[in-house]
Amino acid sequence: MSVQFIGLKEINGPLVVLDHVPDVGFEEIVELLLDDGSTRLGRVVQIEGERVVIQVFEGTNGLSLKNTRTRFLGKPMELPLSTELLGRIFSGAGKPIDGLGDIYAEKYGDINGKPLNPVSRVYPRNYIRTGISSIDALMTLIRGQKLPIFSGSGMSHNKLAVQIVRQAKIAEDKGQKFAVVFAAMGVKNDVADYFRRSFEESGVLQRVVMFLNLSNDPIIERILTPRCALTAAEYLAYEHDMHILVVMTDMTSYAEALREFSSSKGEIPGRKGYPGYLYSDLASLYERAGIIKTAKGSVTQIPILTMPNDDITHPVPDLTGYITEGQIVLGRSLEQAGVYPPVDVLPSLSRLMKDGIGEGYTRADHSAVSNQLFAAYAKVQDARSLASVIGEEELSAEDQQYLEFGRMFEKHFLNQGFYEDRTIEQTLDLGWDLLCLLPKESLDRVDNEVLEKYYDPKRAEKFKG
Amino acid sequence: MNNTVYSINGPVVTVRDTKDFSMLEMVYVGNKRLIGEVIGITDHATTIQVYESTTGMKPGEPVYPTGAPMSATLGPGILSNIFDGIERPLRSMEEASGAFIDEGNSIPSLDTEKKYDVTLTVKPGDQLKGGDIYATCPETPVILHKCMLSPTLKGEIVEVSPNGSYTINDTVAKLKTPKGEIVELTLCQKWPIRTPRPVAKRLPSDRPLITGQRVIDTLLPVAKGGTAAVPGGFGTGKTMTQHQLAKWCDADIIVYIGCGERGNEMTQVLEEFSELIDPKTGKALTDRTTLIANTSNMPVAAREASIYTGITLAEYYRDMGYHVAIMADSTSRWAEALREISGRLEEMPAEEGFPAYLPSRLSEFYERAGYMETLCGKEGSVTIIGAVSPQGSDFSEPVTQNTKRFVRTFWALDKSLAYARHYPAINWTTSYSEYIDDLKDYFDKNVSPDFLTCRQKINSYLAEENKLMEIVKLIGADVLPDDQKLIIEIARVVRVGFLQQNAYHKDDTYVPLEKQLKMMQAIIYLYEQSRKIIAKGIPVSEISDLGLFDMLTRMKYDIPNDHLELFDNYYHTIDTKLSQIK
Repeated sequence: MSVQFIGLKEINGPLVVLDHVPDVGFEEIVELLLDDGSTRLGRVVQIEGERVVIQVFEGTNGLSLKNTRTRFLGKPMELPLSTELLGRIFSGAGKPIDGLGDIYAEKYGDINGKPLNPVSRVYPRNYIRTGISSIDALMTLIRGQKLPIFSGSGMSHNKLAVQIVRQAKIAEDKGQKFAVVFAAMGVKNDVADYFRRSFEESGVLQRVVMFLNLSNDPIIERILTPRCALTAAEYLAYEHDMHILVVMTDMTSYAEALREFSSSKGEIPGRKGYPGYLYSDLASLYERAGIIKTAKGSVTQIPILTMPNDDITHPVPDLTGYITEGQIVLGRSLEQAGVYPPVDVLPSLSRLMKDGIGEGYTRADHSAVSNQLFAAYAKVQDARSLASVIGEEELSAEDQQYLEFGRMFEKHFLNQGFYEDRTIEQTLDLGWDLLCLLPKESLDRVDNEVLEKYYDPKRAEKFKG
Repeated sequence: MNNTVYSINGPVVTVRDTKDFSMLEMVYVGNKRLIGEVIGITDHATTIQVYESTTGMKPGEPVYPTGAPMSATLGPGILSNIFDGIERPLRSMEEASGAFIDEGNSIPSLDTEKKYDVTLTVKPGDQLKGGDIYATCPETPVILHKCMLSPTLKGEIVEVSPNGSYTINDTVAKLKTPKGEIVELTLCQKWPIRTPRPVAKRLPSDRPLITGQRVIDTLLPVAKGGTAAVPGGFGTGKTMTQHQLAKWCDADIIVYIGCGERGNEMTQVLEEFSELIDPKTGKALTDRTTLIANTSNMPVAAREASIYTGITLAEYYRDMGYHVAIMADSTSRWAEALREISGRLEEMPAEEGFPAYLPSRLSEFYERAGYMETLCGKEGSVTIIGAVSPQGSDFSEPVTQNTKRFVRTFWALDKSLAYARHYPAINWTTSYSEYIDDLKDYFDKNVSPDFLTCRQKINSYLAEENKLMEIVKLIGADVLPDDQKLIIEIARVVRVGFLQQNAYHKDDTYVPLEKQLKMMQAIIYLYEQSRKIIAKGIPVSEISDLGLFDMLTRMKYDIPNDHLELFDNYYHTIDTKLSQIK
């Protein structure tokens, strides 16, 4: 349709209103041509008769009621798709920004995607070895899972994500294609650059698709960024049988963009000003992880979000936790104690791990070790809070043992080098070594049989003295 | 007729200047014929909520009335099936449109080609009233489907087809109503999802829903026909608890509603339930289960409807005389769907943006539970177990608070228990069950008169421990006198050995009431014998050194469910070991 509408009726934040526009589809894409020759993209977000509300992706700076001509493109937002995407860099709205020209599209995909029929899903079981003890043993990442990292400003979540990407790649089986889709939403230039350099160093850059919406880019584009990224991921996974790891950072910036957009539309706010549909909106992103019956590929998501004020009950981490299949929580006190990666074990969880570990996947004793480590570390916390009241000397012998276990656990198990890639056997054996610091009868989460096989106080001797 | 779309805002569309629609009528919207429902009428505009994505819809597209409210199709083929929130079969949709769900799918809810082996139970001349059974057919190997006359009909049977195999739309009998109309009876009927199906009368809920989960059956039981809420933050095991109940509870039929939850979880239910064998019938669990899956990324309006679809299916089977349990995971997502649609309608919000009618909608839902005498004179029940996902794990938020008013059992899941991997993470101090008194007779007669006494004692150990822990947190356990130390020890046995239950252990995943009782008795025996010894001035540490507490902590694993006689050995061991001290 080449009809152009001259002028606008109203401008309000990122929204513009047009009157007397017939025959427009809901969520249709709009091109705004400015007098200076530049163009901007927008999307129809509300229709009332011939009155149309449009959300402008690049912002409304410089628009006036007169200097704009509007063209309706007659289709929803689409992303050109082809395997050429790999190794390329795009803006948050899916335009190439690496100067290598447009993508020659094999097909176009609606960036909103479609809900996956639960019947067509394959339940994820294949574990991804990350080589990081805390994750592999205690919150195993499964292919097709969505496992976010809950972090805070200034913590090493980016470093951890890079290590996961690098080591997960190494652990891939031969002959299986692996690629990374990276979506940056409102992150600093430095952070985006850090990821790019790290991908380069670990030799995956040619298999990375990057969508960058930096913190100084328009917020409306930020709402499109994860959708473009996931559309690319689904295409590569389901039509080219690749295993895709989608890293999305920072989901908090995304949610804030959504809030800004919602309030400019005049919607009724829910908690902390976020729109009432934040849950559904986040779900429409996270639920795009998975494996389907008809393809060999998979989409695994690692969304990263910074908890404002380290508050896990803030709406963004809270709603994320309700949708994702677990979470990896980073703890500030561990970070300050110099532990890397500072994984706060107790609130962290992987919901899918129970079916992807044990005999045939990792090792038969895996679930016993992880349950016992969790339970023992929970007791360490009790002992610590008691010690802070009555002093460490006053603690019972058992509590003292737990304190010692806690220290060693953090020092040897959680803490590991940025380039240290531990096998699952190393990790589980290390877990047993540490558990042997504790009296045998206090290991109540383990079957006697397993305990007989692995328990030997001598194993713990290396931690003493 | 020119009813056309005027405005579009997400799932809410309006039609201007029409009087053709009635409230809650089902309509088809747009060229793709998306399913919608009328939710507001003024003389200027009719407001419709659409159950599918409205992307690409234009003003001026047609809207077709159907003249009937949103209804569920009820008939054989519901069990072992999986539907979306408005009863569209997901398996057939997969065949039609592949792995991703397309809009405008008009697939019949139930398989219209499958033939059932029908036995007619009426003969010409029989007078039937609403709810009476006129035919039966085996729907799955374990459930006999009973075709009942719609509650709105009555009359005389004038023609009956011979027994044989029929599809759900074949006429199997003809009924003459008092007005003289002839109604053709098939194997299925329709019922509006927002209207409760009528019953003869409500009966008291005096039988427990036996779940095999110790903390529930013993401490916090729910009655058949009762209501329970499971609130808990993420990662506290709501879904896990619901799955355990769906697998093991002694209802005849399970309706599992995945309302705004994860897609992978529904896949897991599908896979697990088809592999698991029901211990009572020896057949696959799917034979007694139906799933409603409206995952979080499926359209929000259909999520709102999924709860009603689910309970309508449940009521239908209750009317046949079955005991049905509904797992609704999660009612918070349903409440959020209400909020989202209410926001689009620009209604005045009450607490936290939720509409002011949230409490009345919740009570309407929970009140559809109950132990009933059905219209055909049988007894059936609908038990509702609703998960609640409070924002920020804060139980003072509106959905949890309002739910609490309408349910009689409250299983509060606790984050700190979950962090310590104590599952099921039901907090025994903040949870409650109002059914204890109602169920007393049942426990006395069918388990043992001792059951509730033991329960009381176990409860008192936990309550006592709770008090003592406040002191212990301040000054440590060492300063307590020995009788209080004994409480701490025995309460630990109760917590770890009794309340904690391992869903992945073959024996521990389901524990019969007899074993639960014997476990309690063993714990109580140890406590009482130890107390006698402590009264003689012997410190509790000497008893702990005997390993008796640890022995009872492990009894859930050491004694198989079918060898309960092994419990007798414990009494012997306790006696011998304690006598060594003297």
